[in-house]
Amino acid sequence: MSDPIPGIAAPAHLRQGSSIGQPLTRRDGPLKVTGQARYAADNHPPGMLFAVLATSGIARGRVLGLDVAAAKAHPGVVEVMTPANRPPLAGDPDAKDSPFMFRLDALQNDAVRYPQQPIAVVIAETLEAATEGAALLAPRYAAEPPRVGLDGAAAFVPAAVGVGSPASFAQGEVEAGLAAAPRRMEAVYETPAQYHNAMEPHAIVAAWDGERLTLDTPSQGMAMAQARFAALFGIRPEDIHIRSPFLGGGFGSKGLANGPQVLGILAARLVGRPVKLVLRREQMYGPVGHRAPTRQTIRMGADAAGGFTAIASHTLTATSSFDDFIEAAADVAHTLYATPALHTSHEAVRLDTGTPMFMRAPGEAPGSIALESAVDEMAFACGMDPLAFRLRNYAEVEPASGKPFSSKALRECYAEGAARFGWAGRPLQPRQMRDEAGLLVGWGMGTATFPAMMMAGHARATLRADGSGLVETGAHDMGQGAWTALAQVAADGMGLPLDRLEFRSGTSDLPDAGIAGGSAHMATVSSAIHGAGGAVIDRLAALATGDERSPLFGAGNAGVVAREGRLHRRDDEARSESYAAILSRAGLAGLEAMGQGAADPAAQKAFAMHAHGAVFVEVKVDPDFGQIRATRVVGAFAAGRVINPRMVRSQYYGGMTWGVSFALHEHAVTDRRSGRIMNADLAEYHLPVNADVPSLEAILVAEQDPHVNPLGIKGVGEIAITGTAGAVANAVWHATGVRVRRFPIGLEALIGA
Amino acid sequence: MTLSISLTVNGTVQAVALEDPRVTLLDLLRERLHLTGTKKGCDRGQCGACTVLLDGRRTNACLVLAAAQDGASVTTIEGLAEGGQLHPVQQAFIDHDALQCGFCTPGQIMSAIGLLAEGQAGDDPERVREGMSGNLCRCGAYAGITEAVLDAQARLAAREDAA
Repeated sequence: MSDPIPGIAAPAHLRQGSSIGQPLTRRDGPLKVTGQARYAADNHPPGMLFAVLATSGIARGRVLGLDVAAAKAHPGVVEVMTPANRPPLAGDPDAKDSPFMFRLDALQNDAVRYPQQPIAVVIAETLEAATEGAALLAPRYAAEPPRVGLDGAAAFVPAAVGVGSPASFAQGEVEAGLAAAPRRMEAVYETPAQYHNAMEPHAIVAAWDGERLTLDTPSQGMAMAQARFAALFGIRPEDIHIRSPFLGGGFGSKGLANGPQVLGILAARLVGRPVKLVLRREQMYGPVGHRAPTRQTIRMGADAAGGFTAIASHTLTATSSFDDFIEAAADVAHTLYATPALHTSHEAVRLDTGTPMFMRAPGEAPGSIALESAVDEMAFACGMDPLAFRLRNYAEVEPASGKPFSSKALRECYAEGAARFGWAGRPLQPRQMRDEAGLLVGWGMGTATFPAMMMAGHARATLRADGSGLVETGAHDMGQGAWTALAQVAADGMGLPLDRLEFRSGTSDLPDAGIAGGSAHMATVSSAIHGAGGAVIDRLAALATGDERSPLFGAGNAGVVAREGRLHRRDDEARSESYAAILSRAGLAGLEAMGQGAADPAAQKAFAMHAHGAVFVEVKVDPDFGQIRATRVVGAFAAGRVINPRMVRSQYYGGMTWGVSFALHEHAVTDRRSGRIMNADLAEYHLPVNADVPSLEAILVAEQDPHVNPLGIKGVGEIAITGTAGAVANAVWHATGVRVRRFPIGLEALIGA
Repeated sequence: MTLSISLTVNGTVQAVALEDPRVTLLDLLRERLHLTGTKKGCDRGQCGACTVLLDGRRTNACLVLAAAQDGASVTTIEGLAEGGQLHPVQQAFIDHDALQCGFCTPGQIMSAIGLLAEGQAGDDPERVREGMSGNLCRCGAYAGITEAVLDAQARLAAREDAA
């Protein structure tokens, strides 16, 4: 049984339910374990053809020719789409009207601006014929030398980083603070290009019916995709129906409309039949985004007691030759540690790659592994335990803004995580511990942080004549558990048991739920759902309390509580009436209301809003061969109200696994001569396998936040990468005494050390 | 030339006409038989999303040519539940939250059933992790997967003891 929401101004009426906070299993679980959950590529409308992309084998230049005749001659091939016969678009795919709009490759010309760029589409009766047809195109190119690596082009200062943040920030006297500090460190950290690699390749099944369009395609932001496609094709957004009930992972790569989706729609238009286009795995290393590499130079100074005197962090990163997404890695220093002087700055180079994009904890993830490594180095320089050093520099207010935190249970995270891990007694010096097999053992830690953001989203609640509820919102479930947790919020919001509540989601004809990104989807959509349910109950209460035939007459809206499908008098719980009875007497077939979730500008002005955590890691390193294994990872996280602890724990496990991967496994390697990625597949681009993360533990630290949103929810999807990645790196140092600053840490950095 | 093969799919013998010798078992299942529970993540045997049981052995369906499987028996994720009753591995995946996005899940479950049948892992979590490491999960649901496999093994063993 949940209480009235703590710390929130009393609502006009109270709603109670037992769903929020329960560790329910996934409502979509039975569909997913039986193969019945329908992902985009599982659709097969009548008359459907298969489209396969031909993608560029060079990084930069022009396509001189394609053997279209050979492809078309192949049995089963229906059509080959090239810039020469591509149907016209009403909008320019190279237009950019906002930071959330990215330039797309949709066969608008013969230019090649990155490897794996689409250069043609082969459409055939079978997948085999389309695949063969694409191979037969044998493109001829005029290639230019590719610009590769952070030293491959001249650096420039971008106009903005992330989404509209300033490229630099300065406060206090950094140089003076560094000069006066008895303890100083300066180091350069490098993080690689990474690719989202959702297990589900990007896919689209497109079907035109006149000027109406039906799309099965995974989307983290259906309404934005609808708007983009509408502008590109010159049709009305409401004439585009997107179905995205399940995403096979997104991690940011399915956040915004992408070029291959547009090509699938164009192909369907060209042949006048439904078309399915699915990316091959290697084609996901180009047109659908990645995390850009960074080179971060961090300088720190501390006084004799281990207090920071200054922190300076400079990031050099990369974007594409034709668009801007600048990984805001340095900005993570804005929120973490107290310092009288802070300077962050960014530069970028333009390379012949696809445009980088949001990838799970954009900015924070690469920023955190560098900053947490630097903090560890500074702590050691000060002769302090890394946890004691972090507590010495604990930020009571947000360092960059000076604002108080809306809530911050980081001290509790440090304490609970350290206790659970057994941090006490860790030797300060590295290379002090071995296990029974002679492996080197090291312990490291890191602080986790991620902003608690709100996007804009809507929901509709309907109370039906039989007293059951319907809540509708075009939300997105890419594995975070939206189908389950949002339904829990919906049930409590309408004062109904979960089995009396129907929850509809995952299609674009439902109220716009905004974008599932920035770890803001639960907070945003829950607020909308809670508001919609509240508005319905308000009206219901007004009907009952204003009707002298009701046992609730005269109680006033504030005098009733909604629970289990009935309104009860607060001062006399025995006096109650069912929703159905109230509607029936009023002669109503139902009640309906909308709700909205959005940031509260006043609260945002007054408070810094972030989730926090502390991660403790043990690694074991083979002293002879340098093999590294993260044998134990314990994270303690505080992120406001937890709707479903089972789903939240899984989000933390996922983030921690990404953190281990960031530190030890994944990176894209580019061939300097060709500009092509040499490991564009799942064997050579290393993702952690089950045996790579043998022991994870996530502690859900209690935290109440009265300011972030009505339900006090902070996001949990991204935070656990931060903290974890640096903790692994620090543990490797502690095990070996070797400080590796180029990630991922491979055994080549440790052999013979 | 059309090739005709006989394939037992989830217990039902089917005559499959193949007009194209290039069709993989995975594409046959997904695009021709419309059994789309089996997923394609990489199409080259690197991710395990397409794992099925082929003559009882866990197999990456993307690496198998359908034409070479005349007379074979295939079990897919659609063929596990009996009379609406989930297979113990399926139920354990739900109970232990061994999935997030669900895309790798059919392959994980088929692989888990194959692993249990192989009898090599026992109740040793390290061996289960190793034995399940041919199936990638980008969401990072590995902890739950390991717990689910161990739990399912215990449930199956109890069922056998009772029988």
